[in-house]
Amino acid sequence: MGESSRRRFVARSLAAASTLMLGGCYDLSEKTWFTDALGSVERLTRRAQHLFAGPHALAPEYSKADIAPVFRANGTLDPGTPDYAAHAASHFEHWRVTVTGLVEKPLSLSMAELKALPSRTQITRHDCVEGWSCIGEWKGTPLALVLAAATPKPNARYAMFYCADPMTAEGDPDHYYYESLALAEAVHPQTILAYELNGQSLPVAYGAPVRLRAERQLGYKQPKYVRQIDLVEDFSHIARGKGGYWEDLGYTWYGGI
Amino acid sequence: MPTHWKDAALKALGIVGKPRDFFYRHRAWVRVAHWLNAVCLAILLMSGLAIFNAHPALYIGNGSDFQHPVLSLTAMQDREGSLTGYTWIGGHPFNTTGVLGASKENGQWTMRGFPSWATLPGPQWLAMGRQWHFAFAWILVINAILFFAYGLWSGHFRRDLLPTGRDIAGLPHEVVQHAKFHFPRGEAARRYNALQKLAYVFVIFILGPLIVLTGLTMSPTMDAAFPILPWIFGGRQTARTIHFLCAFSFLGFFLVHIAMVVLSGTWNNLRSMLTGWYAIGKENDHG
Repeated sequence: MGESSRRRFVARSLAAASTLMLGGCYDLSEKTWFTDALGSVERLTRRAQHLFAGPHALAPEYSKADIAPVFRANGTLDPGTPDYAAHAASHFEHWRVTVTGLVEKPLSLSMAELKALPSRTQITRHDCVEGWSCIGEWKGTPLALVLAAATPKPNARYAMFYCADPMTAEGDPDHYYYESLALAEAVHPQTILAYELNGQSLPVAYGAPVRLRAERQLGYKQPKYVRQIDLVEDFSHIARGKGGYWEDLGYTWYGGI
Repeated sequence: MPTHWKDAALKALGIVGKPRDFFYRHRAWVRVAHWLNAVCLAILLMSGLAIFNAHPALYIGNGSDFQHPVLSLTAMQDREGSLTGYTWIGGHPFNTTGVLGASKENGQWTMRGFPSWATLPGPQWLAMGRQWHFAFAWILVINAILFFAYGLWSGHFRRDLLPTGRDIAGLPHEVVQHAKFHFPRGEAARRYNALQKLAYVFVIFILGPLIVLTGLTMSPTMDAAFPILPWIFGGRQTARTIHFLCAFSFLGFFLVHIAMVVLSGTWNNLRSMLTGWYAIGKENDHG
C-alpha cells in the first residue's frame, strides 16, 4: 500500500467512523437494547450514590435570607377538575390523604389530622430536572410518622403517590400524576407531606393542600396534590410500569441526579 | 507477536524502510485512554448541550434568579411568526438567530438554545440527553481513574508531564516560537515542550476534576452526601455555570489541540496516537 492510498484509507476510516457515530447516536436512542443498557447505568448511578449518601445523609438546609423572592411554580398549576375546585372552595376541609396497600392499619387522614401530627420545617433547595433551582421554606408532617402509624408490612418496598392533577386524556392508565419512592427514601427525615410554603398554606400552584417534599430528589419525584399513598412490593403492573408519570415518558426512576 | 508480523505491520504503516528516525512516543494504554476520552468528550458535550436546552440560562448562587441570569438563550416571535434568537450576556442581548436561541430543526424554525446539529439527541429530548450524558460520564470517570492510577504508577506524569525548572525558564521563548508557528523538530520533539506540558497539566489535573465535581454538585443526592460540594463552588447554580464554562474550555482545548496537530504534522501525530510511532526525522519534516 502506497503512502497516499494509505493516508486516504485512514482519512476515510476516520470520516466514516465520525459520521457513523454522530448519525448513529440518534438512531441508537430509539433502540431497545441500547436504552436497556442506559437503564443499567441508572442502577449503577443509584447504587453508587446510595453508597455515599446512605439512608440518612441530609440535604443542605439554608437560612431565611436564602429564600427565593418568587418560587417558580412548575408542572400542573391548577388541577382544574370540578372535584378539585370544590375542595379548593371549601379550603380542603374534606380533603383526605389515604394510606393503603401493604400496611397493617390503612389510614384516611383529614388535613386537620395530618397537621395535628408533629411537623418539620425545612428551608431547602428545589432542583428541577430542567436545571434551575429555588429555595423555599416547607412545613409538613414527616412521612415516616404517617407510615409508622400505618405500620408497613415486611414486603412493602415502594411508596406510590397518587395525585389529583390529570395529565393525559381520561381513561389513560396514568390519567393522574403519580410517582413512587423507595421505602428508605420515603422515611428519610426530610421527606415530608408539606402543607405550608414560606409560612403560608400551600397555594394551589404549589400543590395545595399537600405535596411531597423529598429533598434528595429532583422535582418530578415530589408530587403535588397528594391523595393516596399506596405501599407496594413492585410497580411494574401500575400504569406503564415505570413507577411514575415522567418515568413512563422516559425519565429515569432514580431521580437523585 | 512474531517478528515478521511486526515487521509487516510496521512496514504497512510506513514505519520502516525510510530515512527517518521513528521513536515510540505513546504507549498503548495512553492511546486507548486518548481515543476513549475523545469519544466520551464529544458525546458529553453534545448531550450536555441537549440538557442545557431544557433551561438555557445560567445563574450564580444556590438558587436561580430568573430575572438576572448571567447568560441566557431566548427567542422572540414577531407578528408574521418569524423567530429571532438572542444570546443575553449579563443583561445585554446579541442577535444570534440561526445558531443560538432560534435555529432550524429539520428545516423548521424552532426556539431552542443550541442548534440541533450540536445536541445529542438532535430533537429536544431531555430524558434521552440525560441518559447519554450519565452513561458516558461513567465511562469518562472510569477511564480517568485508570489513567491517573497508571500515570502515577508508571511515572508518565512525573517524567513526561511535570514541567521542569528549565521548561518554566524557557517559557517566554517558547511562546514566541509557537506564535511564529515554529514547532520543535528533531531531538527536541522527543519530549513535550513547556506549553504542551502546561496545557495537558491544566486539562488533566484542573479542568477534568473540576468538570466532574461541578457535575456531581448538581445532583441533590450528592449534595446530601457531600454538603461541602455546593459550598466550595458557591452554590448549585454557580456549579452549573462553572460546569458549562469547563465544557467550553474543553472545546477550546480541542480546537487548539487539532490546530497544533495539523500545524505540526497531521499524519505524523495521527500515526503516533494510533500506532505509537512518531517520526522525528529532519528539521523540516512535515510528517
